[in-house]
Amino acid sequence: MINNLIVSGSPHIHKQESVSRIMWTVVLSTIPAGIAGVIIFGLDALWVILVAVIAAVLTEAVFEIWSKKKVTVMDGSAVITGILLAYNLPPNVPLWLPIIGAVFSIAVGKQVFGGLGQNIFNPALVGRVFLMASWPKYMTTFVKPLSYDAITSATPLAALKEGKILEHISYLDLFLGKRGGCIGEVCILALLIGAAILLYKGYISWHIPMTYILTTAVFTYIFGAKQLFHGDWLFHILSGGLILGAFFMATDYVATPLTINGQIVFGIGCGLLTAIIRIWGGYPEGVSYAILIMNAATPFIDRYTKNRIYGTS
Amino acid sequence: MVKLAENKHHSENKPTCSMPLPKKVYISLIQHLGKICVPEVKVGDKVSCGQRIASLPSGLYSPIHSSISGTVSAIQDCPHPVIGRAKAVVIQGDGREDGDFSKSIRSQPFSLTAQELRDIVLEAGIVGMGGASFPTHIKLNPPKPVNTLIINGAECEPYLTADSRLMVEKTTEIVKGIRLIVSCLGIKDVYIGIEDNKPEAIRAFSGFDDIKVKVLKSDYPQGGEKQLIRNILGKELPRGKYPFDIGALVQNVSTMFAIYEAVYKGKPLIERIVTVTGSCIKEPVNLLVRIGTPIKDLIEFCGLNEEPAKIIIGGPMMGIAQYTDEVPLIKSSNGLLLMNKVEAEVLEEKPCIRCAACIRGCPVGLMPCQINLASERSLWALTKEYGASDCIECGICNYVCPANRRLLQTIKRAKLEGVR
Repeated sequence: MINNLIVSGSPHIHKQESVSRIMWTVVLSTIPAGIAGVIIFGLDALWVILVAVIAAVLTEAVFEIWSKKKVTVMDGSAVITGILLAYNLPPNVPLWLPIIGAVFSIAVGKQVFGGLGQNIFNPALVGRVFLMASWPKYMTTFVKPLSYDAITSATPLAALKEGKILEHISYLDLFLGKRGGCIGEVCILALLIGAAILLYKGYISWHIPMTYILTTAVFTYIFGAKQLFHGDWLFHILSGGLILGAFFMATDYVATPLTINGQIVFGIGCGLLTAIIRIWGGYPEGVSYAILIMNAATPFIDRYTKNRIYGTS
Repeated sequence: MVKLAENKHHSENKPTCSMPLPKKVYISLIQHLGKICVPEVKVGDKVSCGQRIASLPSGLYSPIHSSISGTVSAIQDCPHPVIGRAKAVVIQGDGREDGDFSKSIRSQPFSLTAQELRDIVLEAGIVGMGGASFPTHIKLNPPKPVNTLIINGAECEPYLTADSRLMVEKTTEIVKGIRLIVSCLGIKDVYIGIEDNKPEAIRAFSGFDDIKVKVLKSDYPQGGEKQLIRNILGKELPRGKYPFDIGALVQNVSTMFAIYEAVYKGKPLIERIVTVTGSCIKEPVNLLVRIGTPIKDLIEFCGLNEEPAKIIIGGPMMGIAQYTDEVPLIKSSNGLLLMNKVEAEVLEEKPCIRCAACIRGCPVGLMPCQINLASERSLWALTKEYGASDCIECGICNYVCPANRRLLQTIKRAKLEGVR
């Protein structure tokens, strides 16, 4: 007689996919943009990234120990939050800034809602807008690319907002990241390499990034200049944090809609808000706020974009 | 729909072999969807192979026959592969071979009326052999006229090859069974759905003018009734309706073979093909086994590589894990799967990260993760709104979930609450 048989409900096989494998793959996909950031802005950028990651992981661990939950920092999700927060910071900020941002991201953006899977906003963006509201000076002072010292420079979008003429910035420079900006947002090429990994693995689908970018492009083309239909849409795609946001933050599972229809609505919403803020808003850049506002709308979108059930119309 | 690792290669090319007569069988009094049968024999009675031993005067049931010749040694509570425990007739075999069924052979099968066919099917104790075990004589009496017959030869569960072997080895017999139903019920179109991973079976059925072979993609759960109807007829079964509402009748290939045997051989349903497989089995096979044989006999016959940690009757997606190897086979048992410790590991459940893999995989368009959250909070009105009752329990949601959530279990719970 065979003893000690395991009895459990069906099914009895599993795809062998896990949350931590997904999270660590996302970490891997962000690495090209990080390397590009360090090449463009120097080692300052590397310190900001490392400090943000360590602070995020420690905050998660402390919070979980304190609330007597299982410590899950090895699942990689806090690492992603740290990386994405750092990628949204200028490279020359004092190092206490990423620490405060990471603590705020994990504590207020994630753990107070109940931890992984429970947050209603993207934690990294929560941290970023908190820093933006608290220390706007540090958050809007950017350095010149490839200069490796503290020569400040305006971001292309800020220059556009102030009505300055953009000098020496070609589309190719923007694509490769030769411009002032946040650590992880400048090198479009590196971001696309990472995005390709996630798309290939099926961890993200094209629906949110494509609708987001296309909507921004169409809207800025129509309204982005004094005359209708004269906007520089390609400039808007390549500058600011649009590519970083569209592929890495607007695709965050937890705070975005579940169904494909919902994701399309979400992407269009992000695109419209980003373009509106950039063209008529008080800030030069609108990606963070656009995604956070659409995060808030996600439960509502989910409610009205359910899939059709078999046999119903 | 998802692509699964098929694992059919262990047994798909092995011809069916008969297992030696079991010494003792435990024939459960409930082998069908419906009411438990009342035994017609008592302890000490001699029974012949194929003799009816339990029945009911009316209702949703199917009579039960002795699968060997011998003596009734007990009528007692026994393990049951689906409902845990149930009363069974225990028969001690006398080693004699099959009884003589020739007296109940029909000389002119094609002159049978629908009622006569139903009576034969009822007397032979035939139930749907694809898994649900619905009494076939009732299914052959649809409340509305049907004109389309869909034969399920998909066998979409990984590991299982019993239907696949039957289709290759007993093609003409299955076709004869199909033609009986066609002539008795006035069927106009006959389709047989076979997955593209069974080229031999597809070839076998391609030579018949009156049967259209529909080659289906080998995606799970292609053999589900709703999926077959959509992928063969190109239309969906409206919610809450039965196949006869759209003029269709869906039957499994094994059931067709059982009907053939009942009519042409006079033989009741006393044996079936079972795929015995899994990493713990030395020599995976397709075995022709008498109903009521305890699974330990099958395991002994096939030999073990290593101690199994989990024994499943059925396939790995919808089969049922057993708590003992003394459980006997019933009419719907199409597979016996033995998993080792590594394969049987119960994975730790983690929080849902809303990755929506379950939603993309659900073959009926549900949002399993949302039903799961509502069910865990006992929000039964919400689970109903999300359509929990439309779940076909295929198990894809659990299979794909990276957080190992027990989605199917909580949805089943919600379904029960929805009925209440």
